[in-house]
Amino acid sequence: MADSGTVKTADNRAFWRRDMEGKECTGAEILVECIIREGVDLMFGYPGGVVLKVFDELYARRDQIRVVLPRHEQAGVHAADGWAKVTGKVGTVFVTSGPGVTNAVTGIATAQMDSVPLVVFTGQVSRDLIGSDAFQETDAIGVTRPIVKHSYMIERPQDIARIVRQAYYIASTGRPGVVLVDVPKNVTFEKAVFEWPETVSIRSYKPTTEGHPKSIQRLADAIAESKRPYLYVGGGVVMANASDHLLELVNKTNIPVTTTLMALGAFPGTHPLFAGMPGMHGSKLANICFQECDLVIAVGARFDDRVTGKLSAFAPKAKIAHVDIDPSSIKKTVKVDYPVVGDAHWVLRELNKVVKPRQPNEWNRMFAEMKETHWFRYRPSTEVMRPQYVIEKIYEMTKGDAIISTEVGQIQMWAAQFYKFDKPRRWLTSGGLGTMGYGFPAAIGAQFAAPDAMVIDIAGDGSIQMNIQELTTVVENRLPVKVVILNNGYLGMVRQWQEFFYDRHYSSSVIGGLPDFAKVADAFGAKGLTARTHDDVVPVLEEGLAHPGPVFMDFHINPEENVFPMVPAGKALDEMQEEEWA
Amino acid sequence: MNRRHIISVLVENHFGVLARISSLIAGRGFNIDSLTVGETEDPTVSRMTIVTRGDEQIIEQITKQLNRLIDVIKVTDMTECAHVERELVLIKVAAPTAQTRTEVVQVVDVFRARVVDMSTATLTIEITGDSEKVDAFIEMIEPFGIKEMARTGSVAMGRERNGRASRGAETRVA
Ligand SMILES: Cc1ncc(C[n+]2csc(CCOP(=O)(O)OP(=O)(O)O)c2C)c(N)n1
Ligand SMILES: [Mg+2]
Repeated sequence: MADSGTVKTADNRAFWRRDMEGKECTGAEILVECIIREGVDLMFGYPGGVVLKVFDELYARRDQIRVVLPRHEQAGVHAADGWAKVTGKVGTVFVTSGPGVTNAVTGIATAQMDSVPLVVFTGQVSRDLIGSDAFQETDAIGVTRPIVKHSYMIERPQDIARIVRQAYYIASTGRPGVVLVDVPKNVTFEKAVFEWPETVSIRSYKPTTEGHPKSIQRLADAIAESKRPYLYVGGGVVMANASDHLLELVNKTNIPVTTTLMALGAFPGTHPLFAGMPGMHGSKLANICFQECDLVIAVGARFDDRVTGKLSAFAPKAKIAHVDIDPSSIKKTVKVDYPVVGDAHWVLRELNKVVKPRQPNEWNRMFAEMKETHWFRYRPSTEVMRPQYVIEKIYEMTKGDAIISTEVGQIQMWAAQFYKFDKPRRWLTSGGLGTMGYGFPAAIGAQFAAPDAMVIDIAGDGSIQMNIQELTTVVENRLPVKVVILNNGYLGMVRQWQEFFYDRHYSSSVIGGLPDFAKVADAFGAKGLTARTHDDVVPVLEEGLAHPGPVFMDFHINPEENVFPMVPAGKALDEMQEEEWA
Repeated sequence: MNRRHIISVLVENHFGVLARISSLIAGRGFNIDSLTVGETEDPTVSRMTIVTRGDEQIIEQITKQLNRLIDVIKVTDMTECAHVERELVLIKVAAPTAQTRTEVVQVVDVFRARVVDMSTATLTIEITGDSEKVDAFIEMIEPFGIKEMARTGSVAMGRERNGRASRGAETRVA
């Protein structure tokens, strides 16, 4: 694939221990060998009692597989998530039983909601103790059942190879997701003959990738008939590495494109036919296009309520086409006229072969006109520091070429609105679960995946405190991750809702006792910088981004900023509120 | 339109599959009338029979979500084909006098049910049939006073004619 950002690792067959084949080996030896054979050269692991045998084997194999120690299991899973998003490969995590598992839960749910391929190995107490409330025993499979794609408990060492192969296969195919593998302690000590299954076949799991030619033809016909077609692109396009085919389709048909929060970068943010992100804090342009178009072509998107607004008023004049690899995602919330089940890469490639070229028409003229007035904007100021300005400057200084991760809150929306992504796999954000504390560890994973890239976490003063301990990880591993804190003294997104809908009762949204973040960074051995006024923004960014190591940049932004436009929950997409323009 | 559907699900016969299915049903808020599980002719495969109600869209979501589970081999909506359905019910009914006993046994005979146990105050009846028959029987027996009831939930199988199976709507979506 020409899609960039993907890190290629060398085929690691040289690391395989062929001498193990056909021999009796311990479960721990087999497990680590299988993980290595899956092509894993880096994983995030946090040890504990029941997994010591495995970590001992990881020590023996340390030249072939690197184990990164996060400072909290949640952060370890987010880091693997960020790594997986940037590389397009399956991320790997190893945690211990009990608290190791429960700490990992938020990371697992976050990755699963955003269809990120991960295999999470969890230690478990020995088989004969399971069910006895033994020390550090948690029913990992039970706790995570609703938030994983699939899970396994390894019962015997001879099952390890098959299960590991299936786990990586399931995590990475179909609609990707998290597979949890629970490893009882006794299995890591017991012995079995090691045999490597060359192929994986699961009779009950055969994901459809090839879209049906007839349904693709029907979609092409619908496009030919449509006067006002509109492409609604979701994270599935990024995951399927289908951006090139999407661009080809648009160049051929001149259809305007909106990309969801998850899909930023799937289509060039600087393209004239880019409508911006849709939904609650989307551009007015993107939302109006939904309301005015006569055909919505959803590709790898799932009609999330944050995108559609009030469903009954969504795209009232349009027929709906929906391309998705997951059949259950089609017709889940909206009626679909043209369903296509298949991988976005496959379907778009085939669609390009049959779709008729379409010339710009009245709809395109309207679009170009609206783009002038209905784009994201804010009133510039030199009196106060506006967060939008900070993001714009970051965009300019990095020439749109950085990997941006985000925490959750107003900052996430400002980053999505004002940083323009021209390439996929450069944008890491928790869209489905909206997990505060995601961005910093995800940036760590991204920096491991792309050591030479500029990796920036856009953080809030609230969110950054949810995984701030990872400063140790970046310092220890000399990761030059940059953290931009847009410090408003509030849980700003909560405050904004309280301002609009709860009579300005700022209940629990004022963050008291904020530390001096620059000093915090300094204490950990990273660089800390503070920008207190508008005029500080550029010099702080210049110094911070140029620094070769990890940096915290604390920007004291205008405290009561709001995110606009805003479609209040439950309202239709055209009932959006905009910033007052004095 | 809300209709009753019998959904037959072939699954891998291993540990944890029932938990996955029931947790999916509970987590997605689907209403079900009954769910039964048992082995099939192939010991590595179990059949679950789920009886549920809903409009077309809900049933489509249920079958798609079931198909999405890795351990699910095949989902068939039996209601879409010719099929036989059976449920077994045990009912303990109050029958303290010779008079009521006779009356209960009359109903039992009409429905081709069977008395499988009795005491001085009760009769225990076994009845098998499709849901209509079972419901009609329960309605007739209710006035005597049902003390206890245990239903297995329905199982179903497609009919076969001249060696050719009548196929249900298999929902592995293409
Ligand atoms: C783990 C978690 N807890 C609570 C929330 C609810 N929540 C969403 S945004 C937000 C405020 C975030 O504050 P901050 O990081 O300072 O960003 P700001 O909105 O101020 O830009 C909260 C509490 C969440 N998304 N995640
Ligand atoms: Mg804040």
